[in-house]
Amino acid sequence: MLKGLIIKEFRHILRDPKTLLILFGMPLLQLLLFGFALSTEIKNAPIAILDHAKDAQSYALQSKIFSSGYFRQQEKLKNEKQIAQSFEGGKVKLVLVIPPKFAEQLANGNHVEIQVIVDASDINTGITLQNYAQSIIQNFQQQIHPTSKPFMQIVPKVRMMFNPELKSVYAFVPGVSALVLILISAMLTSVTIAREKELGTMEVISISPLRTQHIILGKVLPYLLLSMINAAFIILVGIWVLGMPMNGNVLILLLECLLYVLVALAFGVLISVKANTQQEAMFISLLSMMLPTIILSGFIFPVESMPWGLQQISKIIPASYFIEAIKSIMIKGGGFDLIWKPTLVLAFMATLLIILSIKQLKTRTN
Amino acid sequence: MSAIAVNGISKNFGEIQAVKPMSFSVKEGELFGLIGPDGAGKTTLIKILVTVLKPDSGFATIDHHDVVKDYHYIRNIIGYMPGKFALYQDLSIEENMKFFADVFGTKLEDNLELMGDIYKQIEPFKKRRAGQLSGGMKQKLALCCALIHRPKILILDEPTTGVDAVSRKEFWNMLQHIRTQGISILVSTPYMDEAAKCDRIALMQDGSIIALDTPQAIRDSFTYPIFGIRGANNYHLIEKMKSFPHLRSIYPSGEFAHLVMNQEITLQEIEDFAAKSGEKLIESKLIKADIEDCFIEMMQHG
Repeated sequence: MLKGLIIKEFRHILRDPKTLLILFGMPLLQLLLFGFALSTEIKNAPIAILDHAKDAQSYALQSKIFSSGYFRQQEKLKNEKQIAQSFEGGKVKLVLVIPPKFAEQLANGNHVEIQVIVDASDINTGITLQNYAQSIIQNFQQQIHPTSKPFMQIVPKVRMMFNPELKSVYAFVPGVSALVLILISAMLTSVTIAREKELGTMEVISISPLRTQHIILGKVLPYLLLSMINAAFIILVGIWVLGMPMNGNVLILLLECLLYVLVALAFGVLISVKANTQQEAMFISLLSMMLPTIILSGFIFPVESMPWGLQQISKIIPASYFIEAIKSIMIKGGGFDLIWKPTLVLAFMATLLIILSIKQLKTRTN
Repeated sequence: MSAIAVNGISKNFGEIQAVKPMSFSVKEGELFGLIGPDGAGKTTLIKILVTVLKPDSGFATIDHHDVVKDYHYIRNIIGYMPGKFALYQDLSIEENMKFFADVFGTKLEDNLELMGDIYKQIEPFKKRRAGQLSGGMKQKLALCCALIHRPKILILDEPTTGVDAVSRKEFWNMLQHIRTQGISILVSTPYMDEAAKCDRIALMQDGSIIALDTPQAIRDSFTYPIFGIRGANNYHLIEKMKSFPHLRSIYPSGEFAHLVMNQEITLQEIEDFAAKSGEKLIESKLIKADIEDCFIEMMQHG
């Protein structure tokens, strides 16, 4: 029974130029369109300080940094080794390393180097944070030597972690993948079910031995396959054409894609429960998928700078977790030890939505 | 034994009573017609029977199974053809049929005998996509798909609406053929002239059954004298004849006007009255009431 449904669905797809265009044309278009980055203000970014000096001036600098409103202290580090650890866990966005005898050197008028290490895997946030840190340090210097000539006594030494060349592809390839996959998967499934409702074929196949789960699987499986082809395509273009690194495990990456696509497909089925026409389905999926994914997933605007309410919404957007996971895998080379959290969330969302969509799709009305 | 039994089924949509509580049954092997104009409640009733709509009250059984509780069973044993063509337009005739055969766990070849001539007529075009077929061909394809699993009961909602006269006639012949294979059929239609092809009919109006019997018995129950008259201009003729004494009703029917009287009257009296009113009758004759006459009588005086 399922085989017939799947064959039929593939015929629908392959015979409709519009579907094919959305399926394979849109990803490429989006990839090219989002080739730019936006910078925005960030507040309360989690950072860590490695203070080798622990003297009056180093405390003064720290208090200046934390009173700026841009940064908050996530952790205090004890040694250089911990720097890498806190970055890999994604706990901090920036680390400041204050050298030993900070106050003494300043008093003697020597050059002092402060290391500013930035997580640049999210390029927009990285650059913005680096600029904030540099201007706070400059400001601090002017305070202790109000009369001094434009002589840089404290030299911020910047190091960009993960993305030393500050390539914006690091930000937009994961973002566009998230956007394209959810749009295609959710929109196409919701539109195809709505089309069957419009044409009356949904009623006809309802009056058959087919159960709801067959009808849903018959829709989801073909699109699952096509969406996975799409995911692979986007990632390959990202790597080969746009120079995205691939430092992690391909199988883990594909697994994340699979979970994410399942979430999107199940969401599409849920949309079609409410939508009775193809237009309605298209509209609901664009509105409920595209805007939140672009705006609230951290793809373009840093989640850290959002008001509390929007941050909470960002937490229920699947793309937030998908982007986090694939950035971790591709850029940082992370395995499950780094991405078990987003993986679990996506798996949970997929299971919940599929069960919900089977329960919701009605083959009978009151 | 009844193939379909309806017992006090009703359905409201908000304020509108689409189906008022009604009861009837369709015997096994019977060709049963639901006859009535648009809005009579035929489609709503059929949607309840094919288990896609739940009734507000009453119960109904198909092949002795409850349409609400045992809907999975019923979906396996009925063949359904909705009023609107609802097959995949982008699939060919053959692909549509193979799809439905697969859904019902059967093979196209197994039931070709049941479809008989119907399939033979569309077979030459089996590679053509359903969206490109004519109305009559689409209807034959839909019927083939509904028969593909050899259903016990076939339910058709206005299968002949929007189909030309020749195809309509062919279609009813096909239904007769299918019935001889032991399949019970429930069919709805707004065309009164198709009622005669059914074993029994239920005349429906505003969500109620206003008559239920064999077509012959319903026609026989019409006891008033009825005449078919034709003039140079039937519209003017009807207007003039409205002042005829003892007139029960007059209305156009095809190329004639039907004149129903409250008491016996001769053809001569009708012709005289027409002539007096300045209308010349081209033709006038005593006729036997058809189903439409019965329906109009019940609507106007029932």
